[in-house]
Amino acid sequence: MKEWPLWEVFIRSQHGLAHKHVGSLHAPDAAMAINNARDVYTRRNEGVSIWVVKAADITASSPGDKEPLFEPANSKVYRHPTFFPTPDEVKHM
Amino acid sequence: MAKNEDKLEYVLRLGDNALILSQRLSEWCGKGPAFEEDMALTNTALDLIGQARMWLSYAGELEGRGRDEDRLAFTRDAHEFRNLLLVEQPNGDYAATIARQFYFDTWHALALQGLMKSGDSRIAEIAEKSLKEVRYHVRRSADLVIRLGDGTEESHGRMQNALDDLWVYTGEMFLPDGRDALLASEGVVPDAETLREPWLKHLTEALAEATLKVPTGTWMHKGGKQGRHTEHLGYILAEMQFLQRAYPNAHW
Repeated sequence: MKEWPLWEVFIRSQHGLAHKHVGSLHAPDAAMAINNARDVYTRRNEGVSIWVVKAADITASSPGDKEPLFEPANSKVYRHPTFFPTPDEVKHM
Repeated sequence: MAKNEDKLEYVLRLGDNALILSQRLSEWCGKGPAFEEDMALTNTALDLIGQARMWLSYAGELEGRGRDEDRLAFTRDAHEFRNLLLVEQPNGDYAATIARQFYFDTWHALALQGLMKSGDSRIAEIAEKSLKEVRYHVRRSADLVIRLGDGTEESHGRMQNALDDLWVYTGEMFLPDGRDALLASEGVVPDAETLREPWLKHLTEALAEATLKVPTGTWMHKGGKQGRHTEHLGYILAEMQFLQRAYPNAHW
């Protein structure tokens, strides 16, 4: 099965708002990747929705770019709205 | 009028089908052609063992001799098993495993749909619960038959051979005996013969898409439902029942 492409699997859980990455698997095409994801990742009633994406179609940032990409944000404390109290009614923040 | 014993026999058939097929599928555990397939097959095996448990536990109640599902599974001998000959056939290559599953799942879903309307509320409940799982089994086995049939020359050839080889074990599913007929006439179970047409329709559609031929032979094996089995069942039981036979009443 070495020729089967790798797929990344995202699952939205019962109460979750967004699909979360849960892992990866091999499958010949998208339909079978969904079936396989169901069998490999939702055996304990984890999900209500599955997304699969070909791993090759994901463009990732390179670990070496960590400093130029993320470092500047650290010194700009005013970008972090930590001084505003959040009302109790607002959930999922 | 159908007796308790008729119902017991019928429920044993359903339980034994699930139990023996589950045991067969479990033989693939750790040996599947791909990790994903291994998981999928063992999931199906687990679904079936859960269903076997519900049927056999009800069978134990109907029998009324104090035997629970474990005793029924692990202490009956081959001639007391009531499963279809189809489900005890060896795994063979992957095509044979999938062909067996495809024939069985398609029938199983139709039978359970009919059993959901049973006048016996326990049977209807177990059927409804099982059908949720079996709908996925049907979808998966048909999908694989189509992929292998419409795949390479080798996968096509193997799939066709497997379908042809196992065809002789499919007739039994639609062949009612006196008990089936009696229970069907009282609305406890669906009429076995009426399942044949929708089964063949589903089969024909899937196989057309798979570029495979529906086998046409009319001679069929029978006897599983009455306890006359192929030589394979004894070996399955030897492995499955070993622990309870060697160490009676052992538990975790």
